[in-house]
Amino acid sequence: MRDTLIKLFKFLIGSIRDLTPIIVVILFFQLVVLQQPLPNIGQLMVGVLFVLFGLTFFIHGLEQGLFPIGESMAHAFARKGSVPWLLIFAFALGFGTTVAEPALIAVAAEAAKVAANGQLIGSSGQAMADYANGLRMSVAFSVGIAILLGVLRILKGWPVQWFIIGGYLLVVIMTAFAPDEIIGIAYDSGGVTTSTITVPLVTALGVGLASSIKGRNPMIDGFGLIALASLTPMIFVMAYGMIVL
Amino acid sequence: MILSEVLQQILDTTIATFRDVLPIAAILFGFQFAVIRKPLPNFTRVVIGFVWVLIGLSLFLIGLEWALFPLGRLMAQQLTDPVFLAGANDAASVALSWSDYYWVYLFAFLIGFATTIAEPSLIAVAIKANEVSGGSIGVWGLRLSVALGVAIGISLGCYRIVVGDPIHYYIMAGYVIVVLQTLVAPKLIIPLAYDSGGVTTSTVTVPLVAALGLGLAETVPGRNPLIDGFGLIAFASLFPIMSVMAYAQLTQKLAQKAHPDEQD
Repeated sequence: MRDTLIKLFKFLIGSIRDLTPIIVVILFFQLVVLQQPLPNIGQLMVGVLFVLFGLTFFIHGLEQGLFPIGESMAHAFARKGSVPWLLIFAFALGFGTTVAEPALIAVAAEAAKVAANGQLIGSSGQAMADYANGLRMSVAFSVGIAILLGVLRILKGWPVQWFIIGGYLLVVIMTAFAPDEIIGIAYDSGGVTTSTITVPLVTALGVGLASSIKGRNPMIDGFGLIALASLTPMIFVMAYGMIVL
Repeated sequence: MILSEVLQQILDTTIATFRDVLPIAAILFGFQFAVIRKPLPNFTRVVIGFVWVLIGLSLFLIGLEWALFPLGRLMAQQLTDPVFLAGANDAASVALSWSDYYWVYLFAFLIGFATTIAEPSLIAVAIKANEVSGGSIGVWGLRLSVALGVAIGISLGCYRIVVGDPIHYYIMAGYVIVVLQTLVAPKLIIPLAYDSGGVTTSTVTVPLVAALGLGLAETVPGRNPLIDGFGLIAFASLFPIMSVMAYAQLTQKLAQKAHPDEQD
């Protein structure tokens, strides 16, 4: 109990340090550049306190729960030696964590609204919901594929740069053929897939796998899953745009 | 705000966060019990950890929604307002050139840097990288270089929206630089550098940056929010790859200078 409190206090100090830059930037622009009073001071202060404690508890939970379970599962799969199950797990993890991702749902809805305004799709609620849903599914599917490929890569020890450079080439080629309206969204969708819960889990999984397989270096082979998960959505969303728009 | 409203919002956000964590927990525990079929070591500790994550993330999101997002959106709107940009002059009669947006670029740079420092997933990856590399990759070295990459990326992205260049030229040029750097950067850093592109843009950065991009595309004449508004996040995910590789090259050079007789 005492140890937990001391740890939490340490994390709290860390959170204060992490958030200071944002507060300084916002205050500087509000007071010096825009020269406007801050609206709702009381609510702002409470909000900042919440962010502070939220970050503290999150980091604490990360070290207690997310990191250990990611690693212990990676070790268990490596010992069990069942590659098909590991790959199914990898796909399920990628797909499952992305399909419910709030940032993705928000971006997909936003993209549907803008596409309807530009008369690329019908402006009925049904057409917009279908389009947003299709976007979400293509992104979630692509992240599932990415984690699956990434895990396979760790098992085989293939260098990550070949995948990334190959993926870049594919992105460049598809950009030439995809409709202009989808390109910005496609490029952005790579960034929104990797949420705050997915990243620590997937990182722990990769590092855990690489350190329990003989001959793999956790530094070289363990990282790279996130990179793949941010690359494949661009390819899949552009493909979706080429088919639907 | 009335207390009951506050409590309602806290409850709503907690339920929403719970809904996000649930599929992940279901997959993890489902595979653990159905496929691995071994009891999890420290089961209670892991469950308590999940509860901490849940509470922490809920509080974090509520706080963002109350404090940072409204303020960030309001500032993005105010900074891109033609009246503010034109200063004391009559906004309608002044044709703005790209250099009139200097406050926007500065804001983009600083807010990109500051939000990346606070990004929880980057903290997570930095902790792991530090642990795995046996301390040779510093938590702060990594976080600062990623933050610098995001800052440069977002301000360049804002410049692109203002001048209206097509996004893919920038992204492709970025890819070429990344590929060239990959050839010369220390092998150990490459996968981590690629990963840092993806982790920068999650909870804190995306909503603020997206608001800035859309606000800018709406106010700059001749820009289409659909084509120009999106794309800032892509810049924010590409530039950290370069800055992290550059950081690794720099530290390697410095280490070689300090110990010229040691070869790696």
